[in-house]
Amino acid sequence: MSQVIVVTSGKGGVGKTTSAAAIAAGLAMKGKKVCVIDFDVGLRNLDLIMGVERRVVFDFINVINDGIRLNQALIKDKRVEGLYILPTSQTRDKDALSREGVEKVIEELRQDFDYVICDSPAGIEKGAYMALYFADEAIVVTNPEVSSVRDSDRILGILNSKSRRAEKGESPMKQHLLLTRYDLDRVARGEMLKLEDVVEILSIPVLGVIPQDDMVLQCSNLGLPVVLEPKSIAGQAYMDAVRRLMGETVELRFTTPPKKSFVNWLLRRTA
Amino acid sequence: MRLKDLFALFRAPSRSEGSASAAKQRLQVILAVERPLTRGQPDFLPLMQREILEVIRKYVPIDERKIKVEVEREADMSLLAVSIELPNAALSRAI
Ligand SMILES: Nc1ncnc2c1ncn2[C@@H]1O[C@H](COP(=O)(O)OP(=O)(O)OP(=O)(O)O)[C@@H](O)[C@H]1O
Ligand SMILES: [Mg+2]
Repeated sequence: MSQVIVVTSGKGGVGKTTSAAAIAAGLAMKGKKVCVIDFDVGLRNLDLIMGVERRVVFDFINVINDGIRLNQALIKDKRVEGLYILPTSQTRDKDALSREGVEKVIEELRQDFDYVICDSPAGIEKGAYMALYFADEAIVVTNPEVSSVRDSDRILGILNSKSRRAEKGESPMKQHLLLTRYDLDRVARGEMLKLEDVVEILSIPVLGVIPQDDMVLQCSNLGLPVVLEPKSIAGQAYMDAVRRLMGETVELRFTTPPKKSFVNWLLRRTA
Repeated sequence: MRLKDLFALFRAPSRSEGSASAAKQRLQVILAVERPLTRGQPDFLPLMQREILEVIRKYVPIDERKIKVEVEREADMSLLAVSIELPNAALSRAI
């Protein structure tokens, strides 16, 4: 059965696109057939993060409005088998997303893919609504910081009332917390909300905790989903989250700072 | 109690030390205010509406579109209002 999952947050810049790319690539590495869709019409970025920006010919908006076939717009990833990207338009705006058009594309993708991952734009306007409306599950990307937690709470309210599932009175959408850019040192010093605090406030189950990691920037420079860089701790944490999404029980890692011992320091220096 | 701990008691918490717990407290307060407004209608409403409809249909024929379920929120109470429009004929037969 095909799962449609929205990656959303309300607040901008918290790591939605990074997460959508990493989770889509991770699921494909686990043998699933995955399509990741960019819903950020006019500000497309997923193509860059996935490293396929020079291969975009047609996009999601062309499929909805201009009679282009889906398989003319889908870009097949060259690194991971079973991974496909549906880029969005950089020149049109979010009004080009009609509900019927989005529904048709998603239903067609459901026939062919195990997972359809929707990378939502920030905000609570049309693009964000369209990204979440048809979803079966939601990954709520949150940073340990007051405005991000408040916006996540707002998005949870919207998922529960404005999605297709809610409107049709079907079983509620499954919701997962993905706490990203978790700075272990600052949490340890009591300067940043810790996982337990965020869980207590939002009260949804945790899919993963992704540490703040400089390699995320390096990977985005290279157009590499971060799970393809085995040295990255964020990449490893995303892989754990992927396994949880597939139903495995995986213990949380990277939630306490590594011991600052001399041996560890040496190990890191020589790694 | 050691002397150091005694000093700690009287020292104002440094900004960085306590700021995460301040963040948590402020969030809990603001969300308690905002949730009733932003969460709008509770999620069970559409389902409840359908079930109410089914019960009433057992007794009188009604049109799905003639039932309205609403929640109104005021400062210290909420009002759940269910209004159902019945065709005249249906009611006179039923009573
Ligand atoms: N775990 C991490 N460690 C370090 N930097 C990160 C991490 N996750 C994301 N970032 C950085 O945060 C920035 C924003 O990430 P991203 O573009 O994924 O956010 P977004 O939520 O999609 O933003 P927008 O709302 O604009 O779509 C990027 O510069 C990215 O490299
Ligand atoms: Mg983004």
